[in-house]
Amino acid sequence: MMDLRLPIGIFFLLVGIIMTAYGVVSPHDIPNITEKVNINLYWGIVLLLFGAPMAIFGWRAEAKAKEEMNKNKKP
Amino acid sequence: MVTNTLLAAVSTALPHSGAIIHLHGIDWAILVVYLLFVVGIGIITGRGSKTSEDFFLSGRSLPAWITGLAFISANLGALEVMGMSQQGYEYGMMTANYYWIGAIPAIVFMGIAMMPFFYGSKVRSVPEFLKKRYNEGARFINAFTFAVFTPAISGISMYALAVVMQDFLGWHFAPSVWVSAVVVLVYTFMGGLTASIYNEVLQFFLIVLGIAPMTIIALIANHGWAHFKKWIATHQLPFLTPDQVAAAAAKPGSVVHQMPATQWMHTFQNTLTQNNPMHITWPGVVLGLGFVLSFSYWCTNFLVVQRALAAKDMNSAQRTPLLAAFPKMIFPFIVILPGLLALPLLPHLFPGNTTVNGHLIPATESFNNVMPLMMARYYPAGLLGLGLTALMASFMSGMAGNVTAFNTVFTYDLYAVFIKPNAPDKHYLWVGRIMTVVGIIISVGFAYVVRGQSGIMGYTQTIFGVVNAPLIAVFLLGMFATFTTPAGGLWGLLVGTATSVTLWIIRSYPGLPLWHHYNNNTTGAFWGAVWAFCAGAGATIVVSLFTKKKKDEELVGLVYQLTPKPEQDATLPWWKKPLVLGVLALVLTLIINLLFW
Repeated sequence: MMDLRLPIGIFFLLVGIIMTAYGVVSPHDIPNITEKVNINLYWGIVLLLFGAPMAIFGWRAEAKAKEEMNKNKKP
Repeated sequence: MVTNTLLAAVSTALPHSGAIIHLHGIDWAILVVYLLFVVGIGIITGRGSKTSEDFFLSGRSLPAWITGLAFISANLGALEVMGMSQQGYEYGMMTANYYWIGAIPAIVFMGIAMMPFFYGSKVRSVPEFLKKRYNEGARFINAFTFAVFTPAISGISMYALAVVMQDFLGWHFAPSVWVSAVVVLVYTFMGGLTASIYNEVLQFFLIVLGIAPMTIIALIANHGWAHFKKWIATHQLPFLTPDQVAAAAAKPGSVVHQMPATQWMHTFQNTLTQNNPMHITWPGVVLGLGFVLSFSYWCTNFLVVQRALAAKDMNSAQRTPLLAAFPKMIFPFIVILPGLLALPLLPHLFPGNTTVNGHLIPATESFNNVMPLMMARYYPAGLLGLGLTALMASFMSGMAGNVTAFNTVFTYDLYAVFIKPNAPDKHYLWVGRIMTVVGIIISVGFAYVVRGQSGIMGYTQTIFGVVNAPLIAVFLLGMFATFTTPAGGLWGLLVGTATSVTLWIIRSYPGLPLWHHYNNNTTGAFWGAVWAFCAGAGATIVVSLFTKKKKDEELVGLVYQLTPKPEQDATLPWWKKPLVLGVLALVLTLIINLLFW
């Protein structure tokens, strides 16, 4: 069965990219407060930092599982 | 009773928070990506569902971290995210008792003491455990109430979400309900429990990452925790009994009592008397909520137990609730804290305020909506899409959880017993798929019923709580006592439930003299649960003394004393040992409790 970390990682990478890009292209500060915080940029980076290792670990596990399946098929 | 500074804060808040949220392209993009992913996961996992056990129990193959996160997520409906932030506003940290007293101890007990019997006996559902330990009657009562109420509760959650979407986004009721229902239907129909669990894990992370920024932003808006505490130290807040809430809503401007806002920062302060925001006393909280209600829910509700039954081995099944305990204990900081931190930011949400500085306050400006109101005020386009998608995810995970538990109980415990026993496995797989559709149609139908008659919502939730309250008595006496008999278990269920329902009816008529000192629903529900537990346990014991028990051989794997103790795997690292995890969770919970005492 598919390693769940892979789709979760890809999902947050995608959403992270969307938010980070939006934060760069069209900076929005948090409304109704005095401090200037480009929250889409920062939170987009948080999502990327979460999504990337999930996707990498998931992808490696998938690759390993496939390799073992192939080994078992050969003998 | 609002001070001038508050008035100023409110008048600046109104033009923004009163407006309907307008979504931008980026918000839609995030929502669409999410919908594509949940459906995609349904399609991929659907390929693996070949037998009924694959469909209903994920082939008992999943690792503990997945079932553990699904364990929390399935229970986390939209009502929890919305309701807990509302109560954070209305009662403050006292709401965290639902987690730190009313969840963690029961979850730990479930993982360490009860899971070996649920998983070890290879039952496919909680009602099936009752059949094996007691008899067919006990199974029927449990399965029937579960099958009746689960889709209804899911319909209520659907209604609540549709109303928020209607009020804030201007979406019509019907498309909100049908679009979310069809998405959940597609993935639960195709991938069964695996799709539901996989999506629940995705939804768990999405809920956390979509709602956690609210706590951070609310802290920034309050100029930090220290500044917020200063505000709390210098203000008074309304002290409302449910009757007063109704009165204040009916007669705007009516005077309500006030108490120092510092009371909002504690979980147990002034619980010797009812002089606290929730009007509760500590024995009611500890016995009623912490023991009876919470153990009945977390240790016997199939919705959560099913996630652990999907685990790949006994150790993973035990670790399912135990791993869930850790995120669960920090959830108050992302669902309750935003409500509490909203007090200085949106101070007009208590009932009874109709105008502030000449502005008319719209009906949506109520503490019921504190979470979407805070999102509308502080989430810019982009983050708003993530936040709303998280709200939607919390609703979908709850609904899929309900539907997958419903189709399993209906198929295994009602259909395969009373309608068509001994059919081929393929037949039950199809019945399960059909019941997935039926469960969702009932949910949608109930959402419409509630829409027409909103009073039904409160009644259904209350009755479900009332019916379930005494369950734990019969389970504990079944798992940890050898003398209890099938008739004892059946009568325990009947008497416990009857007592619980009777006490609820008495409480609902305040004119009756018996119950006069429980002047609010929460305290009444806590004590009602305690008495129902005693009645259920008493009936089980008394009837067991006079009736025939099952042979010991039949109870191996079901009763503690008659089950060989599994050998402890000495090679397991400490973080995989259930007892170590359980103790760690309890110690951390105790520390958090002491911090917010």
